[in-house]
Amino acid sequence: MNKPDLNSAPVTSAPYTHEKTSISRTMLLVMLALLPATVFGIYQFGLPALFIFVLTIAACIVFEAVCLVIAGKPVRPYLLDGSAVLTGWLLAMTLPPWSPWWLAAVGAFLAIVVGKQVFGGIGQNLFNPAMVARVALLIAFPLEMTSWVQPQPMFSSGAPGFLDALAVTFGGHVPPAFDAVSSATILGYVKTELGQGVALHDVLADNYDVLGLATGSVAGSLGETSAMLILIGGLFLLYKGIITWHIPLSMMFTLALLAGIFHLVSPERYPDAMFHLMSGATLLGAFFIATDLVTSPVTTRGQLVFGAGCGALVFVIRTWTGYPEGVAFAVMLMNAMTPLIDHYMKPRIYGRTRKGEPIQYKDEAEVVE
Amino acid sequence: MTSGRNSRKPADPMSLAPETIADQVAAAGIVGMGGATFPSAIKLNLGKRFKLHTLVINAAECEPYLTCDDRLMREHSDGIIDGVALMMQALQVNTAIIAIEANKPEACDAMAKASAAFDGITVMSVPVHYPMGSEKHLVQTLTGKETPARALTADIGIVVHNVATANAVHNAIRFGKPLISRVVTVSGGAIASPGNIHTLIGTPVSELLSFCGGYVEEPARLIGGGPMMGQPLPETRVPIVKGSGGILALTDREIASREAMPCIRCGSCVRACPCGLLPLEMASRARVGDFEAAVSFGLMDCIACGSCSYVCPSHIPLVQYFSHAKGALTEKQRKQHKQEETRRLAVARTERMEALKKAKREAMEKRKKEMAAKKAAEKAAEEAKRSQAGA
Repeated sequence: MNKPDLNSAPVTSAPYTHEKTSISRTMLLVMLALLPATVFGIYQFGLPALFIFVLTIAACIVFEAVCLVIAGKPVRPYLLDGSAVLTGWLLAMTLPPWSPWWLAAVGAFLAIVVGKQVFGGIGQNLFNPAMVARVALLIAFPLEMTSWVQPQPMFSSGAPGFLDALAVTFGGHVPPAFDAVSSATILGYVKTELGQGVALHDVLADNYDVLGLATGSVAGSLGETSAMLILIGGLFLLYKGIITWHIPLSMMFTLALLAGIFHLVSPERYPDAMFHLMSGATLLGAFFIATDLVTSPVTTRGQLVFGAGCGALVFVIRTWTGYPEGVAFAVMLMNAMTPLIDHYMKPRIYGRTRKGEPIQYKDEAEVVE
Repeated sequence: MTSGRNSRKPADPMSLAPETIADQVAAAGIVGMGGATFPSAIKLNLGKRFKLHTLVINAAECEPYLTCDDRLMREHSDGIIDGVALMMQALQVNTAIIAIEANKPEACDAMAKASAAFDGITVMSVPVHYPMGSEKHLVQTLTGKETPARALTADIGIVVHNVATANAVHNAIRFGKPLISRVVTVSGGAIASPGNIHTLIGTPVSELLSFCGGYVEEPARLIGGGPMMGQPLPETRVPIVKGSGGILALTDREIASREAMPCIRCGSCVRACPCGLLPLEMASRARVGDFEAAVSFGLMDCIACGSCSYVCPSHIPLVQYFSHAKGALTEKQRKQHKQEETRRLAVARTERMEALKKAKREAMEKRKKEMAAKKAAEKAAEEAKRSQAGA
């Protein structure tokens, strides 16, 4: 069949003007929105966190470049679109800050090669690449992926020095001096204690610190710690029009609603809505992960369904499965639903009913003929 | 209504029969001057086929750069209003709404002042929101009514005419002046002194450009019409036509064109589409040649406004895909039509030949019979003669 290649044909069709926008601009704005939480997270967890952050992104760039060369695509424009950097950045935000170097490298491979390039590169992947990597790592390396530390702010007395930090990231062991800092996230801790039959009231008594969750002085990944800074970044994206309110709001609303109902029914077994919203990766997921452009529905109605599904799954996974945190699983499951949602949630065409028939007026303006 | 309409003086155009107005408009060669150039007389006769109640004058002028309607309204408001009154008479409606985008306050004021004496004519300011000039969207903004798909606004009792057309109607009916000139916006970053020029139809674009001081830099694109829906002009030795609202010489910066990247499914096009379509899905189907699937996502409801291409962060030329798909579908339909016609003609020919043969056969048999009858009669006559002679 004689098929003209429209992509390489010179544009001879209107419009002859364009909004000042591009993929790289979109990606840069998302990174800018992540910057405050990232900088603060690196400050909180010290040099090892910085090493992991840089390593993950660098590895993503390398894997992306290799794949582009193998696929015979132009390397420069695709690397400069910033998508690989952003994937690495998001992955780094979800790794334990004191992870060993190979965890970052394997994660980058899983994200870029398995999660994105085998599907055909940018725009073609079904699942959020960073979440593919995170989930695969969590299943393959459960110990490393749940080794959290208490914040050891840079320049504080408890912070590891340069050599200690190198040992943490590249040496494969945490120096004995820092053994005491290992810790569980609040979600993990609550899950364990509830599993042993301790009442929620006693579990949370001196561990639940809303202010700590908001500012980020708790154990967790870079993206899980400061709820407030993540929220500011999310609001910035909304303001810039990169994302719309539909997914974040419906996700948080559904999660809060389910948590609120169960908490009302049995306050000793189910934490309240605030706990769910402020802990773990809820906010990072709602504003930065679930809203991933490629893997979320394109219509506003579809996005509402998608967000609600994510919120409900996060609650279900956190509450009734073996995993304390469920954002990555929830988003991936809903990613799989996206084509279906897009199929059913089409917008109404102008002049037609939802079924596609031309709209009809009953009594007005009959044809005279 | 107007004092003129009730007047009994035969020379008063306001007492002309609707058909006469339409006929004179046709004779003056007036077409829709917003760019579609549909014969205005046909639209002025719609009252015969539809029950109409409102005339909408499209003065939204929603495309960037174009200001020819704005200037016309500021300088010829009385003529335009007179034209509107004549069109109301032709359509036999008592209400007219003149829709002007809110970013043209001077035009709004001038038109409001000129229409103050006419109760049926109101001037309405509409939001500055592309594509406000799309007639179905404009009618919805003004009246809240949505025109059904595949139907005309006349189906809901409304006829839309362009504001410059109203001025042309005024000139034709009042002064017998045919449509031989129009206001053209000459603009764009490459033009030395941009402006609105009252131009004779047929003036070469090159002459218009040099009248505006020529280029300050080599333009990246020369466009006839607006930047959103205009047509590229391959060269300047082409004439101004009745639908030329603008000649734009745009620089590289203004075009902001880039290499197309893959679609990232951001949904910007879906949010931008004024018709509720899924441009990204239509484009991906059109790209692989599956035009029927593109139709199932609404290809035929696309008004080619260009909003989707304008916002696409991947700079995908979506409208180009759609034009290509629409063209391919039309070609296919035409081929199919031709095939059906050929088959129909072939069948008809065979039938005709059969009928001819049959008629021939029948005629021959008839002649044979006749001959036989004649012979028999002759024989009988001869025998009768012989027997007579014998007797």
